Parts: sequence; C-alpha cells; structure tokens
Amino acid sequence: MALLEIKNLHASVAGKEILKGITLSLDGGEVHAIMGPNGTGKSTLSNVIAGREGYEVTAGEVLLDGKDLLTMSADERARAGMFLAFQYPVEIPGVSTSAFLKTAINAKRRAEGLAEIDAMEFLKLIKEKTKILDMPYEMIKRALNVGFSGGEKKRAEVLQMILLQPRVAILDETDSGLDIDALKVVSEGVNGLRSPDRAFLVITHYQRLLDYIVPDHVHVLTGGRIVASGGKELAKELEAEGYAKYLDAAA
Amino acid sequence: MAATKETTAAVRDVEQYKYGFITDIESDKAPKGLSEDTVRFISAKKNEPEWMTEWRLKAYRYWIDLGDEEPTWAKLHYPKIDYQDAYYYSAPKNMPKLESLDEVDPKLLETYKKLGIPLKEQEILAGVAVDAVFDSVSVATTYKKKLEELGVIFCPISEAIQKCPDLVKKYLGSVVPYSDNFFATLNSAVFTDGSFVYIPKGLRCPMELSTYFRINEQNTGQFERTLIIADEGSYVSYLEGCTAPQRDENQLHAAVVELIALDDAEIKYSTVQNWYPGDENGKGGIYNFVTKRGACRGRNSKIMWTQVETGSAITWKYPSCILQGEGSIGEFYSVAITNNYQQADTGTKMIHLGKNTRSKIISKGISAGHADNTYRGLVRVGPKADGARNYTQCDSLLIGDTCGAHTVPYVETSNPSATTEHEATTSKISEDQLFYCLQRGMTQEEAVSLIVNGFCKEVLQTLPMEFAVEAQKLVGISLEGSVG
Repeated sequence: MALLEIKNLHASVAGKEILKGITLSLDGGEVHAIMGPNGTGKSTLSNVIAGREGYEVTAGEVLLDGKDLLTMSADERARAGMFLAFQYPVEIPGVSTSAFLKTAINAKRRAEGLAEIDAMEFLKLIKEKTKILDMPYEMIKRALNVGFSGGEKKRAEVLQMILLQPRVAILDETDSGLDIDALKVVSEGVNGLRSPDRAFLVITHYQRLLDYIVPDHVHVLTGGRIVASGGKELAKELEAEGYAKYLDAAA
Repeated sequence: MAATKETTAAVRDVEQYKYGFITDIESDKAPKGLSEDTVRFISAKKNEPEWMTEWRLKAYRYWIDLGDEEPTWAKLHYPKIDYQDAYYYSAPKNMPKLESLDEVDPKLLETYKKLGIPLKEQEILAGVAVDAVFDSVSVATTYKKKLEELGVIFCPISEAIQKCPDLVKKYLGSVVPYSDNFFATLNSAVFTDGSFVYIPKGLRCPMELSTYFRINEQNTGQFERTLIIADEGSYVSYLEGCTAPQRDENQLHAAVVELIALDDAEIKYSTVQNWYPGDENGKGGIYNFVTKRGACRGRNSKIMWTQVETGSAITWKYPSCILQGEGSIGEFYSVAITNNYQQADTGTKMIHLGKNTRSKIISKGISAGHADNTYRGLVRVGPKADGARNYTQCDSLLIGDTCGAHTVPYVETSNPSATTEHEATTSKISEDQLFYCLQRGMTQEEAVSLIVNGFCKEVLQTLPMEFAVEAQKLVGISLEGSVG
C-alpha cells in the first residue's frame, strides 16, 4: 500500500476549478517533485492535502496510510502525520519559537498517548536539531518568524519537520528566498529525514533545489493536471527547455 | 455658637444611634434595602468606633443625594439596578460541605484541571471539607507570624479598624474620597470587609501578599474595601483574586481599593478577575463596578497595576495613579478578555501633578463572540508637572466579526514641557495564523490560546511567576468556543 495516495483529485476555489483530476502515488522512502509554472495549481494541491479552508474538493480521494484524509480536520491530518513546510511561514508575534515548538510537539505526543515532553529533554532535543540546521540556539527565544530572514524562516520550517517526524512532508517552494548556502543546509536537513517509512512531495519552480534533494520521480503540473512524469532527468530537461511544450499540451 | 450647634447635632446622631436603631443586631441579615439603619447595622455588627459609623453615614447621605444616578458615560448596557431590592449585609454562611471531589460538578473540575490547580486547593475552592491539619492553612499561619515579626500589618480591614485606628483614620478615603463616584460612595457606606496592609519603613516585603491566604477564612462579600500603605522606602507585591472561576449569589460588586506609596516606596498590585461571566446567551453574570486608585505621595515612589480581567458580565474599572511626588512613576498593564455577551469598559487614569513624573500604559483588549471591549483612559498633566512623560499603547484583538473593540483615550496637558505618546492598533487573528498552528497538530483552542497569549505577553510577564502560569491558561479557557 502506498503511503500517500491521491486519486483523481478535483478541487475548486470560489467555484473555479483549479485541480482537474490529480492522481499520484507516493511509496515509503520516495521523493516526488512537482514542477510547473506559476498559477497552475501547485499551492492549491498542497493546501487541499493539508486541509486549509476555502477549497472545495469536488471529486477524488486522498489516503494517508490508507486512511481517508479528506474527512479529517487540518489538525487531525497533521497529527496523522501530514506536514506542510510553508512557502510563506506566517509571523506569530509574542509567541516564542520554543513555546510554539513545545506546543506542537506536545500535541503530537498527546495524540500518541504519550506524556508531555520533559523540559530538559526538550532543550536537549532543540540544541541537537538546531545544530544540524546551523541555526543559532538563541533563535528559539525569538517570536516565531517575526523579523526572520528568508533563510531563517525556511530553516525554522525544516526544524519543525525534523521535530515532528511526519509520515508525509510537502515542501512548498522551500527554495524560494534562499541563497545557496542556506539551500544546502536546508536540503541536508531534509535528506537526513529520508527513510523507508517517510515520503516527500517537493513542490518547486526551479530544478536547482533538486540538485540537493534528488527526487525519485518528477511530475509536471500545468492547468490543474499532471501532464508528464518521469525520473530526475525530467527536471534537467525542463531546466533546459522550459515549460512551453507542456503549456501547449495543457491548452 | 456654631460649635455648640455642631455638638448638638453630633449628640443627636449618637442618641439616634443608641435608641433610634431598631434592627435586631443578633440577626444574620440586615433588612432588605439600603437605609441609615442598614448602615448602622453593618457598623454595629463590625463593632466599629463612632468615627467609622459617622464616615459611613456621611457616605450614605451623599449617596442618597446623588439620587441613584449611576454614571452613564461608559459603553455598557445593563438593566437598571434596584438598590432597594438587595441585602447589604449577611453573615458569612458556611457553604454546604461536600464529602469529596466526586460530588463536585465535573465541568468545574475540568476547568481546575486545565488551570493546573493542585488537588488540595481544588478541594478548598469547591467547598470540600478538608482535614483540620491542612497544609496551606498552616503555611499561611507561618507566613503571618513571620510578617508580624517584620512589622507588617496584613489583616482584614475590620480588624485594622480596631487594632490600628489611627492608620485607618488617616488614610481611608484619602485616595478615593467617599464622594468620589456613585459606586465608591455606595461602597463607603456599606463595605463589609477587605484587606488592610501596612509595610513599615525600609522593609522590602519578602513574600507576595495574597488574598488567597484568606480564602477559607471568610467571605469578603460584594463590597470589598482594601487599603494598602507602603511607608518610606518599602516595597510590597499584592495579589488579588484567583484564576479559578468564582461564583457569587450577589450580582452587584462594587469594591474600592486605595494604595498609598510614600517616599521611595513601591507597590505592585496584581489582579486576576474571573467572576462568573454569564452563560453563552448573556444570562446572569456579575456586574463589577470597581474603583481602584493609588497615590504616589512620596518622591520617587512607584505604583504598578497589573490586571487580567476575564470574568464578569459587566466590568467597569479604571485602576489609576495620582503622581504627586516628584519623580514618581505609575504603570498600568491590562489584559481584558470579553467573550459571548460580556462587556468591559476598562482603562486607567494617570494624573501627573509632580515634577518629572512618568507613566506607562499597556492595554490589551481581546474581544470575541458578541462582546464589547472598551479601553478608556485619561492622561492629565498638571501645570506644575514639569518634564512629565507618558507612554500609552492600546492594542485590540478581534476574534470573529460580531464583537467590538473601542479605544477612548483622553490626553489633557497643561504643561508645555510634558511629552505624551499614544499608540493604538486593532487586529484580527488571521486565518493564516490559525491554519499554520493547526497544520502543526494543535487544536483550534490551543491555537487561539497560543496566539492570544502572544498578543498579551507584555502584560502577562509583569505578573508574579506563579500567577503568570495560571493566567496564561486562563486566557485560553476564557476564549473556548470563540472560533470555528
């Protein structure tokens, strides 16, 4: 059984159909990349899977570990192991990064029937993981994402992913706003999480990120449909030739 | 001649007191309604000296002259209160004792649990009979003994009237005169009890003084009167209230709190108010009309108010500072949360009279459901207050689109060397913030609590440690059901 199964997914926003039948199957250990020009439904796909309000699913199914994801609320999906690394992480003034992380970790632990994390254990964990991402430990004292640079925001997203150990992680344009050094660090963080019981869906515009997070499968999304699929070489081809021929196909 | 007349009048009053007073003093309850007899009854019950009775009567007569004209300038709507249809004194009744927590309303227990209140304290709060040797009572007794050794007076005000009448006489009504306002006048006539604190010269009170100590000793009732005096160079931190939900059969509450800080003294007064707010349809709930004011009488004295207001159907409350002493400082930190049909009109007054006085106001109003939340504040700089400075920041947070937030700041400056700054913001909890938290596995309620706590952080962090933790949880609980 696939870890994440998307079958003929149709979704609209304000009555306008954006996703027009997406079918994807992610097995454990796999990294799938979704590429495509702007405005083709990439972010809609990630929002629909994560359960954001304002999207209407008109047909299709999404199964995580065989469980129907679409009937769950956004927080239930998260606790079932669905993680979305946001393209634009939102600022939460006055809430320290550490308080936020602790609340999130405890929400997951509660769902698993575990006691709240011990304060010392928490600090040890944070120290260890921030080091992997080359983040100053002091950063967790700052309000979440408030005044963070683009690189800091994306590091904070990956830090959360590492701490929450999801079953399926969607990375929505994680490379946007990153310089090459930050890109390397973030990619290493993601690669460190690759494992047979976890799958990744990497949404990106550019092939650059895929030099560091090497995908098993690449899909081209335009006009709300997947118009081509292939191996990692497809990304190279897109880089060289652009999306023009797929746009024509979609139209 | 005039003097003779006065004496005659006074004698007549005494006569009246002795003979014209017909209410049965053995009774547990004063007769219904408010009259001179009621006032005398309360005073007699408390075995008060004549000057105290007279002071009460002066207040009563003034109140009668006011002709039950309540202040109407606040943005509050409530049915007219019939002051003659109430009891103004009843002896503290023993709550029916329960055998164990099993008999307590499970909903209440759930709230205690969420607040993280220790089991023993839960039992006291819920009225469960506890063993004669009860930990916190003996702890309280130990504390009291230590305070006495240091020269601190901390007792019910009724006891202070007997024990240290000179202090009470000198300071009672010196910050909030009996004629101050409708509700303070009413309180002056009929107050039943409250706390008295005196901190001697140069002493830094080593522990937080808390009404909580007295929780199982008495029921202070609906007209509480508190007087705190910090003598030269002393410091005290006082905590009022309780995060646990409090119910009271009396709907009307009109407390008065007076603080006096002499030279170089500092008073920190923290309140967590969680009276019954009424149900989700706006039925029931406490009406809370409170007059709180501190006088920074001495040079370089400081008074700091922190309040977390989450309860009551109606809140009318403006903890204020009169900055008389040169270089004195007044601070006001407030979180007011209104949900469902609650209404809060709250803020502060900073009256700068002395030179180089400074004040700071940080107000955070959170409104949800159909609630209305108003910040009302006055910063006044007198002509002699050279170099006075004020900074005001009022932030409002709205949850949903059926609630209201209002900011009414008044600034009156009659000294050109004064500087006042005012900043105000109004925001909503954004969908983006909520979704972000949900996507990390938090429930809707956890997410709201986290975001709102972040919004109030500046205020909550001024609370004493043990209070702060409970207050953070209370913020979340007060807003349950406000989203989604």
